[in-house]
Amino acid sequence: MLSHYLFFFLSAVALISAMMVLLSKKPIHSVLYLTLTFFTLAGHYILLNAQFLAVVHIIVYAGAIMVLFLFTVMLLNLNIEGEFPKSTLMKFVSAIAGGMIFLVLIGTLKSFEVTTIGNPELTQIGLVKNLGKILYSDYILPFELSSILFLSAMVGAVMLGKKDKN
Amino acid sequence: MNIDFILYKLLFAVIILMLSLVVAMYATLAERKVAGFFQDRLGPNRAGIFGLLQPVADGVKLFFKEEFMPAKADKVLYILGPCLTMLVALLSSAVIPWGDTLIIGGKEFALQMADVNIGVLYTFAVVSIGVYGVMIGGWASNNKYALMGSVRAASQMISYELAMSMSIVTIVMTSGSLSLNEIVSQQHGMNWNVFTQPIGFVVFLICAFAECNRSPFDLPECETELIGGYHTEYSSMKLGFYLFSEYINMFIASAMISTLYFGGYNFPFMNELGLSHNWISIIGTLVLMAKIFFFVFVFMWVRWTLPRFRYDQLMRFGWKGLMPWAFINMIVTGFFYMLIKRGF
Repeated sequence: MLSHYLFFFLSAVALISAMMVLLSKKPIHSVLYLTLTFFTLAGHYILLNAQFLAVVHIIVYAGAIMVLFLFTVMLLNLNIEGEFPKSTLMKFVSAIAGGMIFLVLIGTLKSFEVTTIGNPELTQIGLVKNLGKILYSDYILPFELSSILFLSAMVGAVMLGKKDKN
Repeated sequence: MNIDFILYKLLFAVIILMLSLVVAMYATLAERKVAGFFQDRLGPNRAGIFGLLQPVADGVKLFFKEEFMPAKADKVLYILGPCLTMLVALLSSAVIPWGDTLIIGGKEFALQMADVNIGVLYTFAVVSIGVYGVMIGGWASNNKYALMGSVRAASQMISYELAMSMSIVTIVMTSGSLSLNEIVSQQHGMNWNVFTQPIGFVVFLICAFAECNRSPFDLPECETELIGGYHTEYSSMKLGFYLFSEYINMFIASAMISTLYFGGYNFPFMNELGLSHNWISIIGTLVLMAKIFFFVFVFMWVRWTLPRFRYDQLMRFGWKGLMPWAFINMIVTGFFYMLIKRGF
């Protein structure tokens, strides 16, 4: 029963903070609200009995990526309010894009059926032992390929950022 | 989920919280006494016998100082900064096993808040969000020195976090578990991880210094270049929170070092003493405390002995000095582990 209340609480916080990412005037507040959203999502993972995913979510998103965002925003000093250009063309384009996403959402929700996945307490797949076994036996090739992809992205970023000495 | 269990956990949480705060409080006094000893002077000895009331005096002074907030500061974030730093400092005490179990009235009570099967990852997560308090505080004060200090602190923490994680991963590889309780119970007696993982221990110790922003890595609050670092604009109890959380971090880092490398609550000849289970648990907790205090002393010893790094030296040491060692340690350990375990 408690997990029901927790679910609604986390969902409410997640939705409100996600809205605040868009609504807040200062970029740094947006970054912090996005971090809060990630924390509530991690809470949802724990409710689904996927502790490993929850902690990794916090380490990777809140601990690494959002810190990088925060760094960039701070160093660029984007703390002047209302800095974003809002020309008529911009408004027109964003209205069309938003409307199209809305249509896609309606299309998806139309064919949506409520499925029950059973009691998440009983599914043990989110625990680190089971997840590790599956990742390193059945899905070893995609796993290694994705790590090579990350490595190449990192090397590429270093190469681009390096000053040309010649 | 019965009522005794919840009451016990609540009581235990309060005890751990109080313990961390009291130890941190007296660590401030111990630091000044140790500094006095190293510099051949007496240290504070006016308030109470041997200056034992000095932390109380400092606390009262911080409480009654004038509260000052810069005019153009971001008010919410300015207050959030020290709060977050304090919160994160106290969070990791939840997964540290403070002792074995106590059996009272036929029921077993674990001396650990939460024995989660991802304890090690939980500490990674807490360490990685430790950056926020410092960065938010430094940015919200709207001061260039504070911003510089916070950027330095954050980049230093991120850089040393990697080598630290690598050295813990090696421990996870040898013990085959992510639960801190399991890692400790495998070091029963004198089978401490420090004997099998000396390089990992040294890397971890150095990274722990950097993560706590302690000397010789205390560049974020380097008074000679920056006026005071990320807390330049802070006064009164908010400054107190920043300074105090450094001592809590030191206590927790010492507890982690003892847990991961020095056997936690295990001590030699614990089976040969012939005492009952409860007594062994109580002695084990006291032994863990003794180990923690020793490492807190090491933190102070290093601070008053070694000079500060320069910023480029710090970064070079982190990335080009510690990282390769952590990687070599991990690869060699993995190789030998497979060799012995699988018998290739």
